[in-house]
Amino acid sequence: MDGFAKYLVRRFFQFILVVFLGVSLTFLITNLSPVDPVEQTVSLMTNFGATDPRSVELMREALAELYGLQGSFLDQYLSFWGRVVRGDFGPSLSSFPTPVMSLIMGALPWTIGLLTLAVVITWILGNLLGALAGYFRSNLMLKLAGATVMALHPVPAYILGLVLLLIFGYAWPVLPISGGAQMNLQPSLTFDYIRSLILHGTLPAMTLVLAGIGGWFISMRSLVSNIVTDDHVVYAELGGVSSSKIFSQYVARNALLPQVTGLALSLGSVFGGAVITEFLFNYPGMGRLLVQGIYRGDYSLVLGVTTMSIIAVAIAVFVIDLIYPLIDPRVRLG
Amino acid sequence: MFKILRDLLRYNVEFLIGFVLTAGIFLFALAHFFAPYPDTAIYLLPPDMPPSPEYWLGTTSRGQDVLWQMSSAIWNTMTFGLTVTVLSRLLAVTVGMVSGYLGGKWDEALMTVNDTLIALPNIPILLLVYFVMRDQMNWPVLALTAALLGWNHDARLIRSVVLSLRHREFTRHAVFAGMSVPQILIRQHLPYVMPVVFFTAMNNLIWAIGLEVTLSVLGFSDINRPTIGGMIYWANQHQAIIAGIWWWIAFPIIAIVILFLGLFLLAISVNEYIDPRSRLSRMGG
Repeated sequence: MDGFAKYLVRRFFQFILVVFLGVSLTFLITNLSPVDPVEQTVSLMTNFGATDPRSVELMREALAELYGLQGSFLDQYLSFWGRVVRGDFGPSLSSFPTPVMSLIMGALPWTIGLLTLAVVITWILGNLLGALAGYFRSNLMLKLAGATVMALHPVPAYILGLVLLLIFGYAWPVLPISGGAQMNLQPSLTFDYIRSLILHGTLPAMTLVLAGIGGWFISMRSLVSNIVTDDHVVYAELGGVSSSKIFSQYVARNALLPQVTGLALSLGSVFGGAVITEFLFNYPGMGRLLVQGIYRGDYSLVLGVTTMSIIAVAIAVFVIDLIYPLIDPRVRLG
Repeated sequence: MFKILRDLLRYNVEFLIGFVLTAGIFLFALAHFFAPYPDTAIYLLPPDMPPSPEYWLGTTSRGQDVLWQMSSAIWNTMTFGLTVTVLSRLLAVTVGMVSGYLGGKWDEALMTVNDTLIALPNIPILLLVYFVMRDQMNWPVLALTAALLGWNHDARLIRSVVLSLRHREFTRHAVFAGMSVPQILIRQHLPYVMPVVFFTAMNNLIWAIGLEVTLSVLGFSDINRPTIGGMIYWANQHQAIIAGIWWWIAFPIIAIVILFLGLFLLAISVNEYIDPRSRLSRMGG
């Protein structure tokens, strides 16, 4: 087996393992918790008025079946896997009788769109700035830009988003602060709709970009400033290779490899930032769905969104792993 | 130890600023032991008072003094962060050192688990834990969950340090002298690993505090225990921004940003101290 195939098999194995462990973990957390979801939902339902005991008993049975909480531990575990594979998490209780899966499918494109855009912008901008700052160390503009993104780096996404919301929503109201698109527009490929999509996405995307850019900047700058002192760069400088070529071909290209690996590793935490950002800007994605599900005590929705987001992140990581050989010939050639 | 601290304060501006900011916030948090009101009491003072000589940072719509709320809030938030950091450091050091020193099958197995955990999104898992625990949720449980999720990046880093120590002369001497594996790890290798532990601890603390803020802003923790995120949660519940009670939300944000900046400056300057390469490149300009 050549190196490339070996690499692919390894990555695929890792992908399967992430999904397996993630789904099992979700099951364990819900199963080992001291709180019974059936009782919780029953108390939520009976809050609205007196219900006769017999129908409560029926409700209990129906819920236990719905949540897959019947039978032994192993039975429940297997039936949970069955539901994950079938993509059937039952109906959502907070928006009955819509199935959880169709709520998720409605929210997923929003999150994927927002995250893809934000992650790509963050990664390119952060690495470009970091590489330039590592290569041209005495440039004042780059130092200033670096100080700014590094100061923003430790601040959590929620705080950044809140400040942006205060600035662009209240102090200088130029951007919409809530929703994914204008309410009265039908989703279509018209100019108005796309414009409204972009306007509504600006603040959430900006929050994610500002929160993430510093990390890439810092690591890229230190990678580049280490590579600059390497022999092959010194040799190229002595040989009179133009500095733009040294920068792009000799330095930045080598430094990008660990950054691509880093991108795959960071997706999990980027998703976490998206959850809170979506909630803050009322963006109709997976994060808002999850938070709403928790507020409304919707057990099947929370379980479905958590499981699906673990799987979605694992798929995204796997896709990046597939791209990696394209830029690193060592993996391709084995 | 004190000499290092003195030198850092004298020669490293970032460390000095970071130290002053963090120490300032820490002293402010310490002050909550002398607070005139209990920190969980509500409707004790006239609500919605703007900052004035009587209430320096104003009062909340829940009739609390923003100044003293913030003091307890920062204390609680920092306690949470430090608990997570200590617990996750223990995990990271153990896994990283064992994996790096034993190598082979052990290394492969531990690192596979490690990489798998890295790829899992933390926030949904934490939210799920909160969701299933509900009223039984308290901050130690949350801290434990966060610690279980927050050690894997650093375990890898520590592993790489130990990996390079394994083939050094002194390790071989220790083996021939008949030291057991735990002895070698603790007495020979741990001193080399400690700087990395300190550096990652700062970053982990920042991460943990950010996590606490994020979760309690959503109301997903014990909301009656004052924390920075909890203050913003209550301010949102009372629509403080729309009602124009800006001091309720602005001062906690300013405090937490100062704390983050302080910790971050400490982290990068300590990193520079530990890693002479970045120090040299700075001197080279």
